[in-house]
Amino acid sequence: AMAKNCHNDYKMKFSVDDEFPDLSLIGFTVDDVIQTGVDNPGHPFIMTVGCVAGDEESYEVFKELLDPIISDRHGGYKPTDKHKTDLNFENLKGGDDLDPNYVLSSRVRTGRSIKGFTLPPHNSRGERRGIQNLSIEALASLDGEFKGKYYPLDGMTDAEQDQLINDHFLFDKPVSPLLTCAGMARDWPDARGIWHNDNKTFLVWVNEEDHLRVISMQKGGNMKEVFRRFCVGLQKIEEIFKKHNHGFMWNEHLGYILTCPSNLGTGLRGGVHVKLPKLSTHAKFEEILTRLRLQKRGTGGVDTASVGGVFDISNADRLGSSEVDQVQLVVDGVKLMVEMEKKLEKGEAIDGMIPAQK
Amino acid sequence: MPFGNTHNNWKLKYSSEDEYPDLSKHNNHMAKFPDLSKHHNHMAKVLTKDMYARLRKRVTPSGFTIDNVIQTGVDNPGHPFIMTVGCVAGDEETYEVFKELLDPVIEDRHGGYKPTDKHKTDINSDNLQGGDDLDPAYVLSSRVRTGRSVRGFTLPPHCSRGERRAIEKMSSEALDSLSGDLKGKYYALKDMTDEEQQQLIDDHFLFDKPVSPLLLASGMGRDWPDARGIWHNNNKTFLVWVNEEDHLRVISMQKGGNMKEVFARFCTGLTKIEDLFKQHGHQFMWNEHLGYVLTCPSNLGTGLRAGVHVKLPNMSKNPQFEDVLKRLRLQKRGTGGVDTAAVGGVFDISNADRLGFSEVELVQMVVDGIKLLIEMEKRLEKGQAIDDLIPEQK
Repeated sequence: AMAKNCHNDYKMKFSVDDEFPDLSLIGFTVDDVIQTGVDNPGHPFIMTVGCVAGDEESYEVFKELLDPIISDRHGGYKPTDKHKTDLNFENLKGGDDLDPNYVLSSRVRTGRSIKGFTLPPHNSRGERRGIQNLSIEALASLDGEFKGKYYPLDGMTDAEQDQLINDHFLFDKPVSPLLTCAGMARDWPDARGIWHNDNKTFLVWVNEEDHLRVISMQKGGNMKEVFRRFCVGLQKIEEIFKKHNHGFMWNEHLGYILTCPSNLGTGLRGGVHVKLPKLSTHAKFEEILTRLRLQKRGTGGVDTASVGGVFDISNADRLGSSEVDQVQLVVDGVKLMVEMEKKLEKGEAIDGMIPAQK
Repeated sequence: MPFGNTHNNWKLKYSSEDEYPDLSKHNNHMAKFPDLSKHHNHMAKVLTKDMYARLRKRVTPSGFTIDNVIQTGVDNPGHPFIMTVGCVAGDEETYEVFKELLDPVIEDRHGGYKPTDKHKTDINSDNLQGGDDLDPAYVLSSRVRTGRSVRGFTLPPHCSRGERRAIEKMSSEALDSLSGDLKGKYYALKDMTDEEQQQLIDDHFLFDKPVSPLLLASGMGRDWPDARGIWHNNNKTFLVWVNEEDHLRVISMQKGGNMKEVFARFCTGLTKIEDLFKQHGHQFMWNEHLGYVLTCPSNLGTGLRAGVHVKLPNMSKNPQFEDVLKRLRLQKRGTGGVDTAAVGGVFDISNADRLGFSEVELVQMVVDGIKLLIEMEKRLEKGQAIDDLIPEQK
């Protein structure tokens, strides 16, 4: 006979002082939500969220915990606020002329979760494989500039692996305890893989930190083109998933639902690798970034240091502004910072250029 | 609100085929592997698709499932130095509910131990012959450890903060009431001062958050360092770890080769602790088939590892070293413990068995075996042969 007692009922023997149990329909509990935050008290570089969602319902069942965290993380976003989605690339102004002497590459990424499946901290091998199968089918039907190929992590040849590493496409088993403590590395590398188009400008990660991570990138400063490809590709993929009755998780309050509360809303990080050796050592660098609503990272991505004065600069916001809004901030902000860099190169002051808080 | 659906029920939407782990690259006891010559995980060797299909429908009363049992074996296909088990227990009932998997793993791991076999417990140190005269010029230190699980609580892969804290409270209370040469003090990991921490490191007592993926993948690092701690007696010869890989790890140790004394203190201390727990209405998990029930199936039976740090620079380079150890039913480790290398010809030599032999029998094997190995070392030092000393298989 199947036991009706789940571990959570068992834990309820202990007083509320010792445990704070709750039950969600698919079995994700508050302990599951907070385990990564309990196991990882602090992080040297970034203010971590300390919780994850295990399914779409987590954000509702545990709203008492997650609403204040979302508000804190997303600049005061209220439980009653509505988030707008705008993936119409034509609404972006400019962005096709960032100086390639400074802007080495441009990239936009986001994540998507597939309705009806639980999320990476919680999903089973069967679910993950289901997501992989759906993804392979959807991506295989793309054509034109989006024609490409899927490489499962546990099936690639050494040659394929080397190529993916050289292209900077390959993702590996997470080592960060922030992710492993949340259970995201279970069963690795089962049902994980990478798809990219033949042109190597559009890339999808399957079953890493989210069901899907979608990335558009290219060398140089034509962010407009990167964003165009991003929007077009994303919408094509969404159409196909919808046809299979597995649309993306989305609602009008939280926008796109992803594993980490920090990625709600657009889930979008649009950024460039840009040479700012002088500006980055200027006393006002951090302040300028804050005012422009941008953040810096090293060229290895989150938790890395910058090399040779080259920084990864991207939007800081995810929720409460649209995709177009956020990419616009990057385009305008990077344009300004490159101008500042040029001034500093000539030994001129930049005080008059410091922007107002956006 | 009644919740009949647990995550396990949700997963049942998917066929067993879809949920069965991909063990094709796994070299361990749990996965089925055609070539058994160099397997590294007991679980992978044993678990078949049909078995998985049956076991996924079961769950222990505390909610531990087959996926919980095997997760560590799925996430860790093989290990370079040791044949890993690839599964863990989440509670006492795991060994019953999932016996279809665990009995063959136990049999494979513990030298053919059958589901019908009975294990004998003997913690009477008077029954040990000799052991007080291992040559201290070679034997640098002697140590005996075991683990104990407290009945009524789930085990470290599965236990909650509330359970762990209750175990800690019970343990520190029981240990506080010890007296004489067992009088000591408890140091909670999260409260210790820097000085206390440094002292414990210098004494080689301090344990830290596990880094091995074998342990982390089964959930044993959760909530660290909450409710974890170290107790030791004032003499620094008897030590208890609380809530590391097992509820309790009990260790008796001292410099030199007087294993008899180490074992005597071990037995006395353990018996006193068990009595104190019983007085509070708590027993240790034990049954006549599996002996003491611990988290890892490799530690069932006695859970006992008795060993010495011994200098064998010549013997360890002899081509017959491995074979001699095997015949003596001993195993070697580096001086940092499992997964470390030997330094300066000094090895950690201990009993290989846990289940199917009593505590006294296992310590006897160590005592007799070390005595012999030292004799061999002395022969080799003088350039003499050791062939006449090679023992029979014990």
